[in-house]
Amino acid sequence: MNQPQRFRWAEFTIEALIRVLGFSTIGFVLLIFLFLLREGLPTFFEVPLGNLFGTRWYPTFDLFGTLPLILGSALVTLTAIVIALPLGVATAVFVREVAPGWARELLKPMIEVLAGIPSVVLGFFGMTVIAPLVRQTLGAPTGLTAFTGALILAYMSLPTLISVAEDALDAVPKSYRDAGLAMGATQWQTIWRVVVPAARSGIVTAVMLGLGRAIGETMAVMMVTGNAARLPLTLDSLFRPVRTMTATIAAEMGEVAQGSVHYHALFAIGIILFLMTFLINLAAALTIFQKRRRGGLR
Amino acid sequence: MEHSLPMQYPCSPARDRACLCHPALVLRLCLLLLSLAWLAAGCAGQSASSAAAAPTRTIENKGSDTLVNLALAWAEAYMEQHPDARISVTGGGSGTGIAAMINGTVDIANASRAMKPEEIAAAEANGISPVEFVVARDAIAVVVHPSNPVDGLTLQQISDIYTGRIANWREVGGEDRPIVLLSRESNSGTYVYFLENVIRLGDAKSPLLFSPDTLLMPSSEGISAEVRQNPNAIGYDGLGYVTPDQKVLAVARDAGSPYVLPSVETVNDGSYPISRPLYMYTAGEPGGEIKAYLDWILSDGQALVPKLGFVPLR
Repeated sequence: MNQPQRFRWAEFTIEALIRVLGFSTIGFVLLIFLFLLREGLPTFFEVPLGNLFGTRWYPTFDLFGTLPLILGSALVTLTAIVIALPLGVATAVFVREVAPGWARELLKPMIEVLAGIPSVVLGFFGMTVIAPLVRQTLGAPTGLTAFTGALILAYMSLPTLISVAEDALDAVPKSYRDAGLAMGATQWQTIWRVVVPAARSGIVTAVMLGLGRAIGETMAVMMVTGNAARLPLTLDSLFRPVRTMTATIAAEMGEVAQGSVHYHALFAIGIILFLMTFLINLAAALTIFQKRRRGGLR
Repeated sequence: MEHSLPMQYPCSPARDRACLCHPALVLRLCLLLLSLAWLAAGCAGQSASSAAAAPTRTIENKGSDTLVNLALAWAEAYMEQHPDARISVTGGGSGTGIAAMINGTVDIANASRAMKPEEIAAAEANGISPVEFVVARDAIAVVVHPSNPVDGLTLQQISDIYTGRIANWREVGGEDRPIVLLSRESNSGTYVYFLENVIRLGDAKSPLLFSPDTLLMPSSEGISAEVRQNPNAIGYDGLGYVTPDQKVLAVARDAGSPYVLPSVETVNDGSYPISRPLYMYTAGEPGGEIKAYLDWILSDGQALVPKLGFVPLR
């Protein structure tokens, strides 16, 4: 008689705890955003907008042009995704559709292990191994380039991309595959003409999440991109150094006087970065909702 | 009761995942709770230990990365001679040390540049009046890849290289290669010193800045790693941080002057043009243990300075 009573009590506590934890996540995000706003908004009054969105970032001399940093982050991140997308989707297709059962059981945990490599290790690897390779094979003046950063970032966003894309493929009903094969399509045709298009929105979500992962990455990028705040507008910019927003914040935040214009400017970069990742994640969420609305998959 | 349901289905892959998910979730929750408990315990422990440590006071010494090895060597030697002394040394950069001094969280701030007037004002606004001590001298060495045939540059040439006016080694007597500029991050004292005294040639009104193509490296190691492996690179760093596998350039004040390699002798007699004093700042006139420590640094401690590649005061 007593047993079910106590059980319900335990259940209630755990449920309440999980609920509090769940809601506190939202609370923390809100608080962080408020903190960012409080520390960063003064910049927009202290620094004229022409300076703030100018082309020169020399914070020690009151030049706070964030444009090279924004474009630097964009260049590195987009290149990383361009590299990671075909690799990631191909891997997901292989793992989900082609690989035999034992290979899948082996590959999936391996891919998840990839995500666990600390970024500073990848950064060091990039600095000592990939950077010299990039310089020698591509003939760039230095190996510390946007491209090197993009390679490392592509590698780092792959686990996210593969896992989410694989889930999307997994959600395609078996009847689609059966129908494709029954109509006389080969396995290859079924995969590329039926399964992958059906999982398209999930793959878009995967790309968005990979993008969000890549744009926020700091340590590895700081170690391999050279951190030169030049405007990446020329054609060869991909093979020249860039400075990203995250690297700028990480490199400079430790040593700025609290409350100074520079300090506020770094938080303003934080706001810009936050808005960019927020938009990316929003886009990812929208594609998920869209998928639900269509009432098809998932 | 719902939990047991999926078990009854011999698993399709999706079901499999559902079964696996539950124990994992519980495990994660436990871990989270454990770590929270540990954090709480940690906080309690910390406050207890700091209370216990109060009688033997620790001298907090923080700042310049250029000075950090020297400051550590000093602290170790001094604590060996005075077993009751406690000195904790951390790096982070001159700006970090000075910021900590302004906020009143350190006893001695190390800096490879003098405090700026606005920093002194900020400290005074917090009721702290910083006192300056020159504790050693440092020379900034200009380094290139060992295979680079260039042996020496004038200050004007270095300035032109770092502002981007000279972009090829050919223009200063080297091979036909692009020049890759390396610098420390903009909050490093070495950066500010190099900008003011080399790029701007000591002219305070000069508008010259580092070329936007300059690679800003987060550490001395970043610079030496790139200089070691890239024949296009030119970098600068404290003489104490130059490793034998980099080539140090001789520097001339102007085209007519002799080219001088940095060394303890040439810095002390003033013939090497890029050298600077290194500072320690205390919050107000030092007393007690801090004064004893600084007095020791300025006398016996100077013997350690050349061992770390810096230049002693006398």
